[in-house]
Amino acid sequence: MASISDIIRESQIWKSIFRHPMPIDRRNRIVVMLTNFFLHLHPVSIKKQGIALSYTWCMGGVTFFLFLVETVTGVLLMFYYRPTVELAFQDITNLRDVMAMGVLREIHRWGAHAMVITVWLHMYRVFLTGSYKPPREFNWVIGVVLLLLTLLLSFTGYLLPWDQLAIWAITVGSNMARATPFLGHEGPGAALLTLDGRNMITQVSDARFGLLAARIVGEETLNRFYVLHCVFIPLVVALLLAIHFWRVRKDGGISTPL
Amino acid sequence: MHGHVDHATFLQQISSFLGFYYIALAAMNGIAALAIWRGGRSKTLFRVGPLTFTNALLWTVVAFFFLLMAPLAMSGSEPLMRWVSMPDAFKHAADAVMGPVAYSLGSFLILAVLFSFRKFFVKTWVAWLGLNLSFLFMGLSITDPDFAAIVTKPDNVPIVGLIFLLGFFTWLATAKAVKNDERIARGEKPLEAVDNEKILVWPDLVYTELICMVALTALLLLWGIALQAPLEEPASSVKTPNPSKAPWYFLGLQEMLVYYDPWMAGVVLPSVVIVGLMAIPYIDFNRRGNGYYTINERKFAYVIFQFGFLVLWVTLIVMGTFLRGPNWNFFGFYETWDVHKVVPMNNVDLSEYFWIRGLGREMPRAPEGSGAGLELLYILWREAPGIILLIGYFTVIPPAMVVYSKFFRNMYLKMGLIRFMVMSHLLLLMGLLPIKMVCRWSFDLKYFIAIKEYFLNF
Repeated sequence: MASISDIIRESQIWKSIFRHPMPIDRRNRIVVMLTNFFLHLHPVSIKKQGIALSYTWCMGGVTFFLFLVETVTGVLLMFYYRPTVELAFQDITNLRDVMAMGVLREIHRWGAHAMVITVWLHMYRVFLTGSYKPPREFNWVIGVVLLLLTLLLSFTGYLLPWDQLAIWAITVGSNMARATPFLGHEGPGAALLTLDGRNMITQVSDARFGLLAARIVGEETLNRFYVLHCVFIPLVVALLLAIHFWRVRKDGGISTPL
Repeated sequence: MHGHVDHATFLQQISSFLGFYYIALAAMNGIAALAIWRGGRSKTLFRVGPLTFTNALLWTVVAFFFLLMAPLAMSGSEPLMRWVSMPDAFKHAADAVMGPVAYSLGSFLILAVLFSFRKFFVKTWVAWLGLNLSFLFMGLSITDPDFAAIVTKPDNVPIVGLIFLLGFFTWLATAKAVKNDERIARGEKPLEAVDNEKILVWPDLVYTELICMVALTALLLLWGIALQAPLEEPASSVKTPNPSKAPWYFLGLQEMLVYYDPWMAGVVLPSVVIVGLMAIPYIDFNRRGNGYYTINERKFAYVIFQFGFLVLWVTLIVMGTFLRGPNWNFFGFYETWDVHKVVPMNNVDLSEYFWIRGLGREMPRAPEGSGAGLELLYILWREAPGIILLIGYFTVIPPAMVVYSKFFRNMYLKMGLIRFMVMSHLLLLMGLLPIKMVCRWSFDLKYFIAIKEYFLNF
């Protein structure tokens, strides 16, 4: 008599989803990698050193996984959090004190810190193994952009709780933009940019204003950072991640000695 | 953070954590000893009379030592916990010695020593001893309320983690590189080239990934439950906290503000870091060392990168996070953050050194009522020493490197003009920070070029 698991695996529904038997023999272990959408990111076979933990430290993978965790917890938090000056802090307090799944905020924040650290460690490993060398030069460049975007993701998210820690960290962090050469109103060379004898670069038109959407960190900033944090930067990161992974494959897989 | 509780209550608060901390350390060493002994990797380290000390025995002794500390730490009573606290004499001495100079130079020297004697420091037992000592240092120090306040501040916890993770991975990479360098010197292939046949991704990689994901999820859940994310008072644009700090990963840049104005520390140098990182693959012409750990085959690239990452980036972040208090003053590990601490600052511009102290003249100044053009000429004349120095720095040094150093001459011949110029200028830009630091420490230099009229202070 056929067992229940056999009946399920012989059913039309199961077979329509998984187009091959269990991956327990060599043939089906290859087929599963080629036919499964989530697995097709991987090659079918790989050099043994390319997956040795002591060689790769798994840091790129961990960073990607943390990005997924941040996306999932972040979307869940968006269902609850309202990015306005009146409500933002209260919503975060409620997440901490009242909400049943308030721990999502803790996971989101610690995951963000962890992601900054793992992305550094990933870069560190890639440098130490010389993996940026030809033919992988351009993928390193994409990686540097992703590193920068990870920091910006964390930076824009830092403001959203709207507590003292948040606005002053963003104030200090963005004050430097005031001094951007030519584009900040306290930057060298800004005084040279004049139109009909009047300064073009002022407190309400310089780089810092562009970042904050206001002269001080206020509700316009909260809205701007919210959109950057939840929509704009994640979309760019997702696109660059796709290219980054695709190029790992196209540039010959994870580096190993020739 | 613990400022509002008295010392006895503070000790009570940390005692249970500290007790389990030492039990964990004891277990860690016990397991290590057991693994060495059962794995047959027991080696004789030294003999005392009839007793033979193997490494397994050594770690057992260390485990017992930590086991003795655990009940003392868990007692929560002041006289008993004194035995597991850093002695006051050491704390006072450490705070007295510590300052921006001692900290920055000290970290640099420690890293330089670790690098120079890497063959010794990568030995497993030396590294394990170092790990034990750093854990012991953390444990002994955390009974100090000021140390505890900066280390256990929720947003600082990741940096403590970062320090240990970086320590571990730097050790791992260096150990592999040392082994590979020895093999390469013997004419063998690096370890990564041995036993490197192709294997199937299912099951070997996908299972590793699955286990990794499960472990990470568990870790994040535990972390989230055990440690609450920071949330301070509601935002107020009129109450400025002191110190006001950027998020921790930017504190290296904020620390640079001590030495450079915001346009350099906050805009130009970070951009140079990003551009410089992107340029690495295009200026590193060395084709060796791709796909395995090695130091000797790419020493120049390795040393420069480690200097930039570990010394200029990470140690500055650690200083900005842990050692910079109110008014961005420096405070030692065990020092209370006193808002009223006064640090004298008499920094002098290079132009003042040159005109007033050097030539004994007044600073050049445009006559009253002269036009903007004439005023600018006078400003340039006043700042001429710094401007000439800076132009010389970027134009004289690169060709001088090629002419006077055989090492850089070879590099130039292999790289060509453009790549060599990009490389040398990135190197010189990176050098601006340590140079300015040393100038500040040794003769209170404020600016090389001080054109306050146009916000151009350098």
